[in-house]
Amino acid sequence: MSNYSEILFRPVFKENPIALQMLGICSALAVTSKLYPTLIMCVALTVTVSLSNFFISMIRNITPSNIRIIVQMTIISSLVILVDQALKAYDYETSKTLSVFVGLIITNCIVMGRAEAFAMQNPPGVSFLDGFGNGLGYSVILIILGTIRELFGTGTILEYEIFPLVQNGGWYVPNNFFLLPPVSFILIGLIIWALRAWQKDQIEEPEFRMSHNSPEIVPNPPPTPSSKVAS
Amino acid sequence: MPKINKDSTLNITFVGIGLCLLCSAIISFIAIQLRSVQENNVVLDMQKKIVSSAGLDEVYGSVENAMSNIKTLIIDLDKGQIVDINPNTYELSKELREDGKYKFLSAEEDVASIKKREKYSKVYIEYKDNEINTLILPVRGYGLWGILYGYLAIEGDFNTVAGLEFYEHKETPGLGAEIDNPKWKALWKGKKIYQENGEVSLKVIKGSVMKSSDNFSYEIDGLSGATLTCNGVTNLIAYWMGNDGFLNFINNLQKVDV
Repeated sequence: MSNYSEILFRPVFKENPIALQMLGICSALAVTSKLYPTLIMCVALTVTVSLSNFFISMIRNITPSNIRIIVQMTIISSLVILVDQALKAYDYETSKTLSVFVGLIITNCIVMGRAEAFAMQNPPGVSFLDGFGNGLGYSVILIILGTIRELFGTGTILEYEIFPLVQNGGWYVPNNFFLLPPVSFILIGLIIWALRAWQKDQIEEPEFRMSHNSPEIVPNPPPTPSSKVAS
Repeated sequence: MPKINKDSTLNITFVGIGLCLLCSAIISFIAIQLRSVQENNVVLDMQKKIVSSAGLDEVYGSVENAMSNIKTLIIDLDKGQIVDINPNTYELSKELREDGKYKFLSAEEDVASIKKREKYSKVYIEYKDNEINTLILPVRGYGLWGILYGYLAIEGDFNTVAGLEFYEHKETPGLGAEIDNPKWKALWKGKKIYQENGEVSLKVIKGSVMKSSDNFSYEIDGLSGATLTCNGVTNLIAYWMGNDGFLNFINNLQKVDV
């Protein structure tokens, strides 16, 4: 039992697809300027990744390994088209706001990454849970971004005015910078910082270190050939 | 069940073709099922913009009710006459691509910087007790970053503004995009377009309009930080309400009425 909840909730904070695996950043930048479209995007991605994990895992034993990526892509893109069609039919306004980004769930690395890393090795039930958990992890970060960006960018949350705007006789001058995509980069950076300050095991080994050049650490540096110094 | 060799050529072919057929069948089925709902959405969306430009959605309670009192007409802009073309097949973007259905505007004609103007336009008329109550006209003109597309609604006297609504623009959020602000849009209602000599005088000015000003009924408060967008709005009003725009049609309507 605890195993299932582990599968479901591990991707939320411990192995967050955006904050630890650095996947799905592009849509996190693009759709989060307002909270409502962000929520719809979260639902769309969670549905896609859960179901794609489920179906891919269902046919994993007959999927030939040399065309497995194509098989996965076919299933994922079919699901994304379905989500897109449903959105156009039942929430037309939001589908216009999200425009191309629903279609781009196909190329969202979270979906493909979970299919390849988890669904190909595990039975359908747990694969579904894993997909759902990763969708939740993605959603948590997107909702944080969407809330902060809409609040400071337009003074509202879900179109409900929190800070009274100067245009409407209040005191808040909306900061348009928060409506631009780069601010998501900064916010994601801060979230990662906060998350790693809390969960220390997420801190990665640095790939490079400054070379030591103090005499105490390297008492006798080997003589370097002059050609190397020049380069 | 015998163990199958999943990497055999036969299985690859089987899985590949089978999966593609299955997926395409499901998608086609769902797409056909949802098509009517989707098409309905597109039409409703457009109707909502038309109706809300004149504030008719509040008058009639719903977009559908308002639309049942609205007649859609295609008019010839140069002659100012109604032409017999099915409004359902009319699309502005298509008209502007087809030779002979638009004209290029010279620099001095092109007040609103739209480069070409269609020959036929689609207008909406709301009738109340068999009289024209509101006339809703499609207008467009260049703002700061791109063309502003909108509807201008005029009351039955063909001079008083009933409302202005832009449905597509690329203006800066917080500055030019404040043309969508309900408070600013509310300023338009009741303003006059033509002066007694027939000149288009309605414009957006810099700063706020003084109540005591002679031109009070012809001026709209400017949006601070959005002078170029406001100029664009002034220009598009001047263009579309002028000779090259809907003036001929409006004159003809008045003649019929009297």
